[in-house]
Amino acid sequence: MAGVQKSDPDLYDYWPYLDRPKIVWPGGAKVALWVAPNIEYYELDPPVNPSRKPWPRPVPDILTYGARDYGNRVGHWRLMEVLDHCGVRGSVSLNVALCGHHPEIIEACAKRGWEFYSHGIYNTRFCYNMDEAQERAIIEDAIETVKKHTGQMIAGWLAPALTHTERTMDLLAEYGIAYTCDLFCDDQPQPVNVKQGKFISIPYSLEMNDIIHYNVNLGAPRRYADIIKANFDQLYEEGESSGTVMCIPLHAYAVGHPHRIGPFAEALEYITGHDDVWVATGREIAEFYYENYYDKTAAAIAAQKVGG
Amino acid sequence: MALPPEHLEYAHRGYGMDQSWYEWSMLPARPAVKWPNGAKIALWVSTAIEFFPLNAPAEPFRAPGSISTPYPDLRHYTLRDYGNRVGIFRIMKVLEKFGITPSVAINSAVAERYPRLIEEVVKRNWEVIAGGVDMGHLHHGGLDEAIESAWIEECLATLRSATGQPVKGWLSPARSQSMRTMDLVAAQGVDYICDWVNDEMPYPITTQNGGLTAMPHSHEINDVTIVLQYKRSEEEFTQHVIDQFEVLYAEAGADNGRIMALTIHPWIIGQPHRIKALENALTHIMGKGGVWAATGTEILDAWRGQ
Repeated sequence: MAGVQKSDPDLYDYWPYLDRPKIVWPGGAKVALWVAPNIEYYELDPPVNPSRKPWPRPVPDILTYGARDYGNRVGHWRLMEVLDHCGVRGSVSLNVALCGHHPEIIEACAKRGWEFYSHGIYNTRFCYNMDEAQERAIIEDAIETVKKHTGQMIAGWLAPALTHTERTMDLLAEYGIAYTCDLFCDDQPQPVNVKQGKFISIPYSLEMNDIIHYNVNLGAPRRYADIIKANFDQLYEEGESSGTVMCIPLHAYAVGHPHRIGPFAEALEYITGHDDVWVATGREIAEFYYENYYDKTAAAIAAQKVGG
Repeated sequence: MALPPEHLEYAHRGYGMDQSWYEWSMLPARPAVKWPNGAKIALWVSTAIEFFPLNAPAEPFRAPGSISTPYPDLRHYTLRDYGNRVGIFRIMKVLEKFGITPSVAINSAVAERYPRLIEEVVKRNWEVIAGGVDMGHLHHGGLDEAIESAWIEECLATLRSATGQPVKGWLSPARSQSMRTMDLVAAQGVDYICDWVNDEMPYPITTQNGGLTAMPHSHEINDVTIVLQYKRSEEEFTQHVIDQFEVLYAEAGADNGRIMALTIHPWIIGQPHRIKALENALTHIMGKGGVWAATGTEILDAWRGQ
């Protein structure tokens, strides 16, 4: 498969945000809210993938390594308190090797009924240039590791450091994983076209992602709260006609700093203070969608497909 | 195409960290800390006296704030030198107003170039931290061990002789280290290291030449990060500092102590339109009660004494 690059990933059909089958979330909710803390381990000196360097500076890049480690030592515990306070169970995007490095974090999350899904082995191991056997090996590793440490079968997948191959989605579906977080093209779940079985995308937002806000857009803490609230207000309004999904992806090493946590807590309180919000996990949204909307939506998409 | 097999091998996959410098430790699991006079917050103000050479090498990378336009980059050279000529004296006045004695990370090149400035620092009893030779001498993985050791020796000998202080703290230029930096500074009488940004409290570091303590010299509550990287306004600078302080103060609660580290650079915060942003933040913090303003060594001694 090396060599020829496609113009379209061939993962989904065009499906306009118009006249879709109406989604109503449990309890008549308009918005399904899920909060996705990324719990990550970055290695100091990993093997270097030919397509991407692990660190901006030469190894040992202790500045960036330390900034990531801060999330586990300090930020996670502060962030978990905010989620507890708002009655939110996290859906953990997990570098599964962390189960071995920091089992205390896994235990604290498991005790709270949080969901664990895979974000690869380490955030410093990228999927670029893997062959199929290697990609299968990391999927099997993720499934086995999370099962061993938490008893959960992973339902979701966010590619490690957002690195993919053309075969990733087919393999995930084959292994019985329910949803991907890697497609950013919608505010509602959507079927993903895979070789066998059923597979869906659950909206995971890069726009609401604290790393994009802080490290890419260089945003301020109060502005982060403002955009979270604005994003929610709009999705809540539209959710009246058909239920929407709002995801807040987080990294304790970013949002968990003392000067950033307050405005985030205030935004989360604002959202969870609304009546018609279903505070859920990724797995719960996926299960509800498969049960109630997958077939209906897949049929509607097939019927409107150009030339289909 | 496949990746070499090492990409699916994980030599350090197991409990704790993937290096042996320090142990995995969760902040909330540690014993409570008590500061002198029952203070909730130890306020550690750190400033910096730096030399950004006109001929700083581009490799392996340039320090934040370094010269960056084609040689001779008078623009950045003089903007940084402004800090040593003007900005530092504005900082001195503000800190004196609040009775705060800071730590100051000094590039040894400045001690050789501007002894008059060092005299003013010593006169005020500021605690001198070794800041490396200058901002063009970066410690990094590709640096020869003998050269690195000689730079550390040059820095420490120059600063100890110029200030008469023991100089026990170390801050690498641009917080960049090689795999051996901590071994080398420990061998030369350094007691605490300011490069690490992974904690809010001190913790022990192991080196081949004895122990060091990592001190939480702030990278986030730092004018280089807030103003230069994030491009925040003066009001936002003050807000970030106050927000940080208030959360730490609340977390200290009735029976614990926290460190509020504030890092400032005279070439940034010492500009006329910015200095009040510092003063306003300190007015809030020092007006609160339960705040102990101290140097890095004083905080470290109090932490070790429990």
